[in-house]
Amino acid sequence: MTILSLVLIVVILYSVRRSRIRVEYSVSWLAAAIILLVLSRSPGAFNWIAEQLGLTYPPLALMMLVFCVFLVVIYRFSVVISDLKDSNIAMAQRLAIVEFHLQNRNEER
Amino acid sequence: MILIPAFNETGAISDVIREVRQVMPKTPILVVDDASKDATYDRAKAAGADVLRLPHHLGLGGCVQAGYKLAFELGYEYVIRVDGDGQHDPKYIPDLLKILRQTGCHMVIGSRFYQNNGAHTSAVRAIGIWMFRIVLRPILGQPVHDPTSGFVGVNREALQVFTGSFPLEYPEIEALVVLQRKKFRFQEVPVQMRRRKAGRSSITAVKSLYYVVHVLLGVFVNVLKFEGRRRKE
Repeated sequence: MTILSLVLIVVILYSVRRSRIRVEYSVSWLAAAIILLVLSRSPGAFNWIAEQLGLTYPPLALMMLVFCVFLVVIYRFSVVISDLKDSNIAMAQRLAIVEFHLQNRNEER
Repeated sequence: MILIPAFNETGAISDVIREVRQVMPKTPILVVDDASKDATYDRAKAAGADVLRLPHHLGLGGCVQAGYKLAFELGYEYVIRVDGDGQHDPKYIPDLLKILRQTGCHMVIGSRFYQNNGAHTSAVRAIGIWMFRIVLRPILGQPVHDPTSGFVGVNREALQVFTGSFPLEYPEIEALVVLQRKKFRFQEVPVQMRRRKAGRSSITAVKSLYYVVHVLLGVFVNVLKFEGRRRKE
């Protein structure tokens, strides 16, 4: 998991540098990668969290943790997509109305 | 204004516009073309209607809201929605308008099932409508006999609300809850509806289940927004 976390951090930083993803969306991924990195280097913390979740089988605990972290990331992106959709709809409506007025003005001439 | 949302209604739109004009010769007609892939736009223009053409497909709610936004901008006091598939009989438009003007209610619904006027629908839809009636009754504080009817008229106050907040998919039922949050009033008027003149309904059997879940969730969310605001007050 350490290697996976480091690879993820490098990929995210590279993507931001190449402007493939926006900085604000890289924060979620970097936070997830750092959490996984810390847990992978700190068995004590990992075991404590697994205990709190009631999981005694380490591989299962690891999978659950990874799943939870990415669930949060995916939820954040659902919020972003919803906002984008709302903006897109409002803009499409506004564009149609502006074109309507323009066309009417042209027809009046 | 008469608002006609239309998506791929080449076969029906000209007739709908002509029938509306026969009933309401002096009232402006606005067709909102939801990025149809056929000749809906051209047929509507040729029939003499104003046409608001959306740049891409938004769905019924987005399409109707676009029409409401333009109607509000242009200063209209009343807007009656008549669907572009020919199911809504324009002869009832004066009845809807009369109720809006005389009672001061904010929304009037052309109802197939009000006063038992003998309307029929499929068994699946009947069950769905019955279920929505039960869910909506305590929320709205009054019975609504045809919550899924799109044959509605609104006044300017409701228009203003809908320009800011309007359900984007399957809007009919959630729109009632949105108005309820503002304590607006609605009434029903008995109408008879027809089969669509051409084309196909966008609500298929598979989509019906999604429709029910989607609308119930939307109603629930709108009620939460209403309750949240009421608690703050």
